[in-house]
Parts: sequence; structure tokens; C-alpha cells
Amino acid sequence: MQAHILSIILFTPLVGAIFLLFVPKENKNAIRWIANIFALAGLVVSIPLVPMFWEQRFEPGFKFIEGAPSNWIPSIGAGYVLGIDGISFLLIMLTTLLGWISILSSWTAIENRVKEYYVWFLVLQTGMLGVFMALDFFLFFVFWEAMLVPMYLLIGIWGGPRKLYAAIKFFLYTLAGSVLMLLGILFLYFHHQHVTGIYTFSLQALYDTAPRIYSDYGPHVATLLFLSFFFAFAIKVPMFPFHTWLPDAHVEAPTAGSVILAGVLLKMGTYGFIRFSLPFFPNVLSNPATFLGMTVRGWMIFLSIVGIIYGALVSLMQKDMKKLVAYSSVSHLGFCTLGIFALTPLGLSGSVLQQINHGISTGALFLIVGILYERRHTREIAEYGGISNVMPVYATITMIMFLSSMGLPLLNGFVGEFTILQGTFMENWKWGAWAVPGVVLAAAYLLWLYQRVFFGTVTNPKNEKLHDLTPREVATFVPLLIMAFWIGLYPKPFFQILEQPVNHTISVVRPDYPLPAVNAAAQTATTVAPPSNMRSNTTPATSEQSGPAKMKGTN
Amino acid sequence: MTDYLLVMPITLLALFALGILVIDLWTPPEDKWINAVLAMCGVGFSAAAIWNPFRPTILAFLDERRLGGHPAMLNTMMVDRFAIYFWCLFLAATAVAILMSVSYLKTEHENHGEYYALMLLSVAGMMCMAAGFDIVLIFIGLELMAISTYVLVGFLRRDRRSNEAALKYLLLGAFSSGIFAYGLSLLYGLTGSTNLGVINQELTRHVLNSPYKPVAVVALLTTITGLLFKIAAIPFHQWAPDAYEGAPTSITGFMSVAVKAAGWAMLLRILVIGLMPMRAIWVPLLVFVSIATMTGANFAALTQTNTKRLLAYSSIAHVGYMLLGLIAGTATQLSPDGIKGILIYLLVYTFMNLGAFAVITSLRHRNVVGDELDDLNGLYSRAPVEAVLMLVFMLSLAGIPPLAGFWGKYFIFLSLIESGHYVLASLGVLYSVFGLYYYLKIANAMFMGQVEKGEERLPVSLTMRAAIAVTGIATLYIGLLPNSFIQLVNWALGIAQNPNVARLTQ
Repeated sequence: MQAHILSIILFTPLVGAIFLLFVPKENKNAIRWIANIFALAGLVVSIPLVPMFWEQRFEPGFKFIEGAPSNWIPSIGAGYVLGIDGISFLLIMLTTLLGWISILSSWTAIENRVKEYYVWFLVLQTGMLGVFMALDFFLFFVFWEAMLVPMYLLIGIWGGPRKLYAAIKFFLYTLAGSVLMLLGILFLYFHHQHVTGIYTFSLQALYDTAPRIYSDYGPHVATLLFLSFFFAFAIKVPMFPFHTWLPDAHVEAPTAGSVILAGVLLKMGTYGFIRFSLPFFPNVLSNPATFLGMTVRGWMIFLSIVGIIYGALVSLMQKDMKKLVAYSSVSHLGFCTLGIFALTPLGLSGSVLQQINHGISTGALFLIVGILYERRHTREIAEYGGISNVMPVYATITMIMFLSSMGLPLLNGFVGEFTILQGTFMENWKWGAWAVPGVVLAAAYLLWLYQRVFFGTVTNPKNEKLHDLTPREVATFVPLLIMAFWIGLYPKPFFQILEQPVNHTISVVRPDYPLPAVNAAAQTATTVAPPSNMRSNTTPATSEQSGPAKMKGTN
Repeated sequence: MTDYLLVMPITLLALFALGILVIDLWTPPEDKWINAVLAMCGVGFSAAAIWNPFRPTILAFLDERRLGGHPAMLNTMMVDRFAIYFWCLFLAATAVAILMSVSYLKTEHENHGEYYALMLLSVAGMMCMAAGFDIVLIFIGLELMAISTYVLVGFLRRDRRSNEAALKYLLLGAFSSGIFAYGLSLLYGLTGSTNLGVINQELTRHVLNSPYKPVAVVALLTTITGLLFKIAAIPFHQWAPDAYEGAPTSITGFMSVAVKAAGWAMLLRILVIGLMPMRAIWVPLLVFVSIATMTGANFAALTQTNTKRLLAYSSIAHVGYMLLGLIAGTATQLSPDGIKGILIYLLVYTFMNLGAFAVITSLRHRNVVGDELDDLNGLYSRAPVEAVLMLVFMLSLAGIPPLAGFWGKYFIFLSLIESGHYVLASLGVLYSVFGLYYYLKIANAMFMGQVEKGEERLPVSLTMRAAIAVTGIATLYIGLLPNSFIQLVNWALGIAQNPNVARLTQ
């Protein structure tokens, strides 16, 4: 079981999709049941991973490795290799959870072509999980591209009025980025062959040689390569100014599609930055050479900050609830990329945690909008008002999720954003200062939205008879609420899971960076300097820092 | 091994073609399917004739050292693994095309034996082109193929578009053949031989003396013009969209894969063997042609509303990508990965494009012509399996992994990166994204378009189902498990089989 757990998690949804193909399409309820059972099974098989992973959370390197290099296509050196570390572990758990929730939430939302819908959704689930598990660059690329097809169909068939435009735009945008990445991958492949004489796409092998491109070919080639990856990931995230596909895709997609799009697909971009861009091109990020007045890293930070502020400002002006949530994603993901390129352990682990938080909160926000849309078939904010009078349970859940999204203490959003800002301030207080207005604006647009939709009296007669949440709908929110409170109140386990991969990544990107509160087992590199006293003294001992320190003693 | 055994696959095809013509006279109109069965037998026997004498060669699969070429027919032919590879490709394409044709010809009321006879004859011509080592034989093969195809394009006598297409194709084809023959005659005058090997040696000598000898350059230009005409590269592509649109759909499919592959086999033989010494001159030409082809075809395809015409432009665009494989390499040396890319591209292209045309052919029934984009509307509700497979073919043509079409592009771009053509590689991948747009137009129509007149299920005949199934399975299988096919191409080119890849123990 332990040896193949990743494959089991990966293919459970696909098995469900294949199974569904044999169910007659007239039998809609049977299809719904089967799809939900397989979606739940996808979540259930991933749960044993939690205790297994927890035991080895401080061990270095990738865990649960399956397959071997070159076992898939020996003649080019591509293999079916799966493996995870703390970062991918959290994202995989998020994916299985959100996959189940979004399939559950589609029960009444999807009425036509039910069978196809669930088949494509389950295929999409496998594709996304594959992206987070692949340890072979080629396998990663295959999942990365193959996953676009079901998403394209989900938007294109079950989407809103402008679905065709949105679907094609989504597909073309993301594909344009990823084909350039393919060229980058091929360059790394040949570079590895030049250095070692071996053709391989194995990620672990490329980690050793890729950073040498900077010295072998010079900064320009390395920067271009960095850019070829950057476009793929930045479009996916999406970073400003590559975000224009996102509002269209999010608004037109069916509710469950938006949940997955925001909850998981966007994380592939940030995951790509952490997994590939940082360890492959550390020197590009530390290169002091400037382009238009800013270093490469400066540009990354700049675009992140612009994204934070721009996304928030645009959200403020939206008349359509779904569009508002979509633009708020641009802002939230700006925080995630800011945390990544701050290149501090705190920023990075905050960024990953914030990605999880964003999946939970924004996923829930899309569900919330979807529920209202299902009842009234409009998302115009002006159409609503006083909803809290007719749907009290709904209003309460919405309030909690809004607060979580805007980063109120005790809820998950706060922990993530605070850690990111803390990590950024440690690096450069100005970056943090520019990002802080994003938090304030988030409160503004969300609270204003809440006020307009939920408070006051019911002005629109159509809203008087809305029924409150059904048990199924409540069930979709319960896991998200639990997670929101858990991360908000007790984030220590999450930071422990992230500690090893984050510290490792930072030690690769900045070998001279003094890592605070290092767990002995987590560090393979012996050259890491002892924590600089200044930094460890001035930072208050937050729960996420004292946690690892305590664990150090027990290990 | 005697010459007769070596050319047996070609002879058998010709014999079967003649046999079909004779037997057709005694076949009553309702039993015309016998012709198709006979043609299928011809393909089968021809394949057996390839398998039998060459079994030692084929079984020496992993023996990369021996190229295993057999000169035949007074050195006019070189039956090597390259030729065998293409022969098998032609036969596979023909078999699928025959499956596609059975019910189609019945619907068109043009079920005549000549159709299959001409098809087999054109394959015989293609085989001569792929195996030819003498420009005269290559030219004869080309003409045999081309003339058979002209007739096939105009096979729908009562259809004006078909007649028009045949005439256009004939005129332009004859014109290009003339230019090509002129180029070949210059080469003969320059080198004193029609043998490609001798031409290569003589040209090497000439190039050493003066790299830009005018006669040699003119010979190169005219020859290459003829070759580019046959594979329909821009600016010599004008015939393709018209011929593709007007021809019977099954023939369009056949032309787009088999005829094109034959053109490529001939182009590779002549450029890589005969004209290799002049690589420094033809590479810049090909750079221009391939960029023009990718640009022109992709833009032209955007606005098409006729599916056959759209796929015609798409097939022109694919030629542009394939030409990149010839450009990869240094000024004097070809990149083996580039040629490998072309061969794999042709292999996967055969299946995915034939599959796409098979689906379009199946749309033709009763009074529906079925070649407009609108005819695909709501195909999913009328024929779900065909629609999903069509989606597979479209995505494969666009080069989305893990489908077969990706592998063709992969090796082409791999060779470009390997030899440092980064700009061309970026241009190529971006155009392939561009191409996705028009393939998605077909997918949109099938999955998101509405059926207009409450149509019933689409009747798809058994043979057509077989054709779609074979191509669909091949597209998926090559996409997911390409290893044996990559090895096959390595074998065909005599490239080392076991590259140094990371092994089980790290």
C-alpha cells in the first residue's frame, strides 16, 4: 500500500471516469451517485497518506517515490516517477478535498449532459493530481497539458453565455505559456546530457545540473530560460499582466469548475515557481544586473505587488459577484508570489499555506456565489439585498468565509498573509509596506459586498421566497469551515510539514541564508550557517517558529 | 536475394490492381464490395511480401550497425530500412483508406473497380519513390502516383467541384513535374549520372571547386521547387486546398497522408542523399519556406468554414513544422533527431489525419455533403464515440500530449534545440498554439454546437467504424507508449538504439 499510495490516489478518479463510461446516460441519478462515490473514494484513499507523511515529515528529500527514471520511454529517458514533499503533500490533499466538494456541489447545478460532465471532471482530477506528484519533467509536462483539455470542455460546454470565448482563451493562453516551457525543459535536458552524458528528464537529476547553466552559458541564457518557465507559471497563477484569461474563465465556468480553477489550477503556477524556477535558477534570482531599473527578482516582486493592489482595486468596482471573487484571486495570488520571491523561509511557507487558504476560502466563495446563482440565475449584486433575512444559515457561513478570505485573525487567511508579510518585511520592509494595502482593500471589497447582498431589508420581491441551504449544500461547506478554523487556530502542523521542503529550497536558492530554527534532520547540507542571532532575536516567537524548535528536541 | 523478390511488394500491388480491373467487369453492381476485398488482399499480400524476404532484416531489430540496404534492379532501387519503413506506412494508410471508401462510394453511387485499382497503382508508384535510388525511377514512380491521384480526385464525375479540383490538380501537378524534370535533367547534365550516389559524389566535387556554381544552383532551385510542390509547401501550395476540397473525402484523406508521405520520402532521398553537398544553399531556402508555410497556412486556416479545406491548410502547416526537422543541424551535417522527427511525424500524422478524414467521410450520407464546419454541429449527440475520437484527432493534430501528434512535434523541436535554433523553435511552438485555435473550432462545433434539425443518430457503417477505431487506437497508443515506435524509427534510420539514459539505480 505504502509503495503505491500515490498511484492509487492518482488513478482513483480516472477509474471512476472509465467506470462511468459504461453507465447509460439516461440514468442521471445513478451517474451522480457513482461520480460522488468515486470522488469521495478519491478523498478517502488520500487520507491514509496523512499519518504516513506525518511520520516522515522532517526527513529530507522526496517521499513515497514510485517508479524509476526512464521506465516509461527508455529511448528518450522519460520515466513514470511519482513522489511528494511537504509542499506537494498539502496541495494534493487540497486537490482531493476540493475535487470531492466540487463534485458534490454539482448535484443540482448540472442538468444536461450529466455523464460527460462527471467523466471530464474526474479526468481533470487525475490530471491535477499528476502535476503535483510527477518527479519526472516529462511526466509533469504531460499532466500539465493534458489537464487543460477537460477544463476547456467543462468551461465550454457547461459554462455561461460567453463560454466558447472563455474556454478557447483559457486553453490558448495557458498553452502558449507551456509550449515555451517545453523548449526550456528540452534545453535543460540537453544541458544535463552535456554535463553528465546521460539523457534524462528526472527531476532529481536535473536539480544537480540546472543551476550550472548560469556559469556554463552565462546570465543571458539562464535568464531567458528562467523566462521560458516564468511565462508558463505566471500565466497559470496568473500574475499581472498575464491575468486577463482568468476573469473570463472564472465567470463563465460552472460553479464547480470555478472552484477547481481557483482552488487548484492556479496553484500549479505557484507550485511550478517553487518546484522548478527557484531551485533551477538560483543565480538568476540573485543576479544584481538590472533590466529597466529592476533586477529579475525585483520584477517578480513588482508584478506581485501590482497584482495585489490591482486585483483588489478592480474587485472593488465589480457589479458581478463572481467577477469580484475572480479578481480577488488575482490579488490573493499576488501575495503567494510575493511570499515566494521574498526568498525567506517564512515567506515561502506562508506562501504555500496561503495557497491552501486561498483554495479553501475562494473555493468556498465560488460555492457561495454558485448557490445564490442556482436559486436566482443572476449574479448581479444590485439584484440582491437583505438575503440574511431569508437565508440565515447561508449568511452565517458566508460571513465566516468572507472573514477568512480577508484575513481576520483566528481564521486561516490571517495566518497565511501574516506569515508572508512577516517574511517579506524581514527581506525588505518597503515590499511589505506596498503589499499591506491589499489586505485593507480585501476587507473593503468583501465587507461592502456583504453589506449590499445580505444586510438591509429584502428589496427585490424575487428574493423573498429563497430557501436556505439544503443538507447537501451544508455538507459541502463543513470540511472547508473545519479547515479554515483549524489553520486559523492551530497552524503548527502545517508549518511543520512545510519546514523541511521550504528550508531545503531556501538553502538551494540562497546557500548563505541563515535558516532560523532548523531541524537537524531536515538539513542535508552541512554548510548552512548557524542562525544569525539578530534575526532570531528580533522575530517574535510565533507558533510556527516555536513549533519546529520544539520538535527539534523530540527528534 | 533476387531483384524480383525485392520488388515483389510493388509487383503484387500492380497485379492486384490489374486483377481488380478485370474482375470488376464481371461483378454485378450490388457486389462491388468484392473490389474492396480484393484491394485489401492486395495490400495484405504486399505486406506479406515485405515481411518474408526481409524478415532477417526486420528481426535484426536491435542490430544498429548493419544498415541492411539491398541495391536492386540495376542499382535503380535501394531497398533499405528507410524504404521498408515507408512501404509499411503507405500500406497502412491504404488499408485504412480502403476501409473508409467502401460505404462512401456506395453513398456517392460511384462504386467502380477503377477506384481501388488506381489506389493500388498509386501505392506502387509511391513505393518506387521511397525506394528509388535513381532519379529516373523516382520520377516514374512520382508520375505513376500523381496520374492515378489526378483521376481519383476527379472520381465523382457528377460533382463539379470534383472535376474542377482534378483539372486544377492535373495542370499544376504537370507544371510542377515539368519543373522537377528540368531540375533533374540539369543534375544529370552536371554529374553525368542519374544515380543519387554518383550525383552526391560529383556534386561534392563541384561544390569543393566552386560552392555557388550557377548551373548547380539552378538545378537545385528547380529540383527543390518540384519537391516542395509535391509536399505542398508555401509558396507552392495553391493546388492543395482546392484539390483537397473537391476530391472524394476518402481520397482527400488518402492524399493528405500517403501521397504526402511519398512526397516526403522522395524529398528526403533527393535532398539528404543526392543534394546533401549543397546543404549550405538549401537550408536558408528551407528556413524561408518553412516560416512562410507555418505563417501562411495557420493564418489561412483560421477563416475556413469548410472542414476539408481547413484540414488542407492544417496539413500545409504540418509540412512547415516537418521542414524544420531538415533545417536542424549544422551547415554540413543533418541532425539525426530532425530526420527522426520527420519520420515519426509522418507516422503519427498518417493515423491522426486519416482518422479525422474518416470522421468527416462518415458525415456524408444521403443528401448531406457533410464537409462544412456546420455539419459537425452537435456531432456528440449524434455519434458520441466518433465525436470523442475526432476530439482526440484534433488535439493530436494540435500536438497536445499524451497524444500521438505530440511526438512528431517533440522530436522536431528537440532537434532544433539540440542544434541551437532557438528562434525557429520558439516560432514553431507558438504557431502550434496558434493552430490549436482552428482545431478547437471543430471541437467547439462537435461538443458545444447545437444540432439544427433534431437529427437522429448518425449512421456509421461497420467498415467506417473499423477505420475510425484503428486510427483512434493508434493515435492513443502511440501517444501513451511511444517507445517501440521511436525504436522503429531509429531502426529505419540506423540510429543507435540505446541512448545513454538514466537507469533504474540512480
